[in-house]
Amino acid sequence: MMAELEKRIWKALEEVYDPEIPKLSLVDLGVVTDVSISDEQNISVTITPTFAGCPAIHYMQESIKEVVALQCNVSTVEVHVSFEHPWNSNKITDKGRTILQQSGFAPPPKHNGYIELTVLENVPCPFCGSKNTNLQTPFGPTLCRSIHYCNSCLQAFEQFKPLA
Amino acid sequence: MTNKAEALKDLLFKMADDCLILGHRNSEWVGIGPVLEEDIAFASIAQDKIGHALALYSILHEHLGEANPDVLGFMRHESQFKCCHFVEIPTQEYDFALIRHFLFDTADRLRFEMLTESSFEPLAQLSRKIKGEITYHTMHAHAFVRQLSQGSEEARLRMQSALNTAYPLALGIFEPSKYEQELIDAGIFLGEDTLREKWSSSIQTILLQANLVIPDTIQPVFGGRNGTHTEFLGELLREMSEVFVEDPSAEW
Repeated sequence: MMAELEKRIWKALEEVYDPEIPKLSLVDLGVVTDVSISDEQNISVTITPTFAGCPAIHYMQESIKEVVALQCNVSTVEVHVSFEHPWNSNKITDKGRTILQQSGFAPPPKHNGYIELTVLENVPCPFCGSKNTNLQTPFGPTLCRSIHYCNSCLQAFEQFKPLA
Repeated sequence: MTNKAEALKDLLFKMADDCLILGHRNSEWVGIGPVLEEDIAFASIAQDKIGHALALYSILHEHLGEANPDVLGFMRHESQFKCCHFVEIPTQEYDFALIRHFLFDTADRLRFEMLTESSFEPLAQLSRKIKGEITYHTMHAHAFVRQLSQGSEEARLRMQSALNTAYPLALGIFEPSKYEQELIDAGIFLGEDTLREKWSSSIQTILLQANLVIPDTIQPVFGGRNGTHTEFLGELLREMSEVFVEDPSAEW
């Protein structure tokens, strides 16, 4: 029974989206770290921010409460923010990486726990695939994005930043 | 209240206050950065810093019985702040802002790196997270300090002069607290002396590449960690908390 409910909650969470990338679910973004159910009316979801200063975290908390309560027919859902299992960019799922690409964002390269500035150079362009690109600035319109320029299709684009 | 809890609070408050105040100073570049990319860089770094302050105040609130983060950030008297004078100084010129960013964030990154091994688990967890974020700050600082110092003679002279002004203030980051030994004995933090040694060798590498030299006579600027501040902190706090104190019970 509980296992069934937990499945439904994870399913519902796949329909809670990043406020700025509306096709990317919070599960594919890798920010949902735990679902725990003590009984049907005591459900707790734990999330962790991509960046500690992410201003969207409260919006995400509220969206989760709303969507899970509605879809799973439960009255209260608590959403905790924790750094116990901190986010890093390898936590974005393969599906999430495809959605990023389709939304016009270069997905972050996989890393082994260490980031150097060179990984931000020659990021493949999400529009034409060319690697003839330059990093414009590692700081973009939000904390989790950097700005690049493609010398092949002559367009600026953003990358979802790798984070160790 | 045990000494250990007091020691922890002292450590968390000084770290959080440094982040909040420097975050505010960095945000002053919004709209007036020397080039658009630098405007955005300082804005992003400011947002990170204020996020780090929020996370540290949250630990004080959730684990150590302090008030909620808004109250801690906006309602305390300046004598209750534990930030160093370095972060309080008005931003002035871009050269000073950049050197401050370099000297402070190098120390900040090393501090969080050391704290990933802290015996106080909430702080260790947060530090593992924040360490990765600050890597972007230090990469930015290193690249610009190198580039500007290798530009024209005027650029190098201005960077050197900013370093001369900033260096004694930067040493104020490492003002020892009265709880150094407690923190070390409890395995919470290896202490300011250890941090300063790591910092000295780390900045030296970049300064050599940038052809900049650390000034000879240095009197560290202390006082901030004990609640004694420059005239600039009060001014900053009044401006920063102006809207909040108008109605602390307002829902946003």
